Amino acid sequence: MLTPLEWEALSLSLRVSGVAVAAILLPGLGMAYVLARFDFPGKTLLDGIVHLPLVLPPVVVGYLLLVSLGRQGTLGQWLHETLGVSLPFTWQGAALAGAVMAFPLLVRAVRLSLESVDRKLEEAARTLGASRWKTFLTVTLPLILPGILTGGVLAFARSLSEFGATITFASNIPGETRTLPLALYSLVQTPGKEAAAARLCVISVIVALIALVASEWLARRARRRLEGRHA
Amino acid sequence: MLEAKVSQRLGDFTLDTSLAVPAEGVTALFGRSGSGKSSLIRLIAGLGVPDSGSIRLGDTWLVDTQRRRWVPPHRRQLGVVFQEARLFPHYSVRGNLRYGMPRAARADFDDLVELLGIGHLLSRTPGLLSGGEARRVAIGRALLSRPRMLLMDEPLTGLDGVRKQELLHYIRRLARDTGVPILFVSHDTREIGALADRVALIEEGRVMASGPVDEMFARLDLGPRTGHFEASSLLEARIVAHDEALCLTRLALPGMPEGEMLSVARLEGRVGDAVRLRLRARDVGVTSTRTPPMPDVDCLPATLREIGDETHGPFVEVMLDVGGQALRARLTREAVSQMGLHTGQALQARLRSVTISRHDVIVM
Repeated sequence: MLTPLEWEALSLSLRVSGVAVAAILLPGLGMAYVLARFDFPGKTLLDGIVHLPLVLPPVVVGYLLLVSLGRQGTLGQWLHETLGVSLPFTWQGAALAGAVMAFPLLVRAVRLSLESVDRKLEEAARTLGASRWKTFLTVTLPLILPGILTGGVLAFARSLSEFGATITFASNIPGETRTLPLALYSLVQTPGKEAAAARLCVISVIVALIALVASEWLARRARRRLEGRHA
Repeated sequence: MLEAKVSQRLGDFTLDTSLAVPAEGVTALFGRSGSGKSSLIRLIAGLGVPDSGSIRLGDTWLVDTQRRRWVPPHRRQLGVVFQEARLFPHYSVRGNLRYGMPRAARADFDDLVELLGIGHLLSRTPGLLSGGEARRVAIGRALLSRPRMLLMDEPLTGLDGVRKQELLHYIRRLARDTGVPILFVSHDTREIGALADRVALIEEGRVMASGPVDEMFARLDLGPRTGHFEASSLLEARIVAHDEALCLTRLALPGMPEGEMLSVARLEGRVGDAVRLRLRARDVGVTSTRTPPMPDVDCLPATLREIGDETHGPFVEVMLDVGGQALRARLTREAVSQMGLHTGQALQARLRSVTISRHDVIVM
């Protein structure tokens, strides 16, 4: 059904986005918790930095990544010399670009659901002998699960559709960093490949729809569990 | 024994008080809304930190600001029942009950579920419970965490009359059967009359007075604080007979001559059971003789113990002695002067049975 090229782009896209979301899940949760629950000097600034990728042109984000993590960048140089890791022009680099772009969406969704959690329930758990940590694991976390799911799917979708930061930071290498949007772009640039471009278009739409429907289904299931089964 | 001596500033409001709660029975913390009773409960539970002071439970220091000691809430072994039940929506009723339950309390589970009458709810989710059911589950959940004391913050507020009676009944059974001391917050003298052994009166962030519930109810000087309209007295009595045909129960008061009885609507208890009777001051009248007799009025021989010192307004409260128990009566100032009432005077206290509702009589 899929040509080898389409398959390559699709599987690469799924892998890149999957890794991106997995990598930001815990930091995103932590950041959302800090922003939702604590007040400290510089909170507005931190909030701004987290949300920057949402408002900056993606190419700028990609360029900043390249400047800091490229061989000439301080951080990139250090990574290369001590760990032997080089991110630009690799699929891991594409995942990083996707992760950075998706991070604010995840944080926003988790933060919103954290803010809607009834703190009184956490107090009740504390009086029942649960430590802070146990309270988080047994009360807060289950209650924000719908938010984490929604945020995760949003982040996944954002990462799938990532173009500007990826092409700037990781370039457009077939089989390595040529994800669906980049493959589509390449086909659009090539005369006579209109039909192949249309096929990729359809594939993108289907993947996005599946992600949305799955997230809606999961979130509704989680919400139903919270509201109670009908006896 | 819980001893608290704390102060905390909350905006314009300052809580600065001491409170002692005995290690048994039910103690009520009574005050109007905004008097600081809930804040005090939060400090005891560890959900707030006092600016200064100390709280001691038995020989454990929970808070001591001077020695910079503060035990976090989950290590205080205090059960808290909040005004809203605060059940976890993502656990079943059973899961909620088990949330804080240590291994050692497993054996109590079935008994407590039975006592609270929540056996049929175990597999439900909290969202589907009625207000009364949810609170019973919350009480069970708190008790199964094996607390050394149970704190209840207005556990009956917001329930309708029937549910309230039902829950009162469960709480009373708990206090009797589990032996866990209870400190409960209320602004309703009826609840307190029905539940409490002791009362602490809190006003503007200070506990003004405390003592056994009947003594507190009998203090005229606290009238302005407990509210005149609902002012009432608590009396101990005993069921001596039921009249099935007339649907009445006859009560005898200790220290009264043989044959002196009060008639109230048919009660559930058995002959010989002790009851606690709550009589509103405005429902008690006095006359100097029993003649002419009135068919639906019961008379009790009484001695006038004290006349309230109100010098304005239409009403005066007086305290009567009926067989050694204090009975509060509310009279017009006009009646007091026309009858020439003076302390030590022998009188007849008059009560109409229809003013005593079933909710005013508690079979102990």
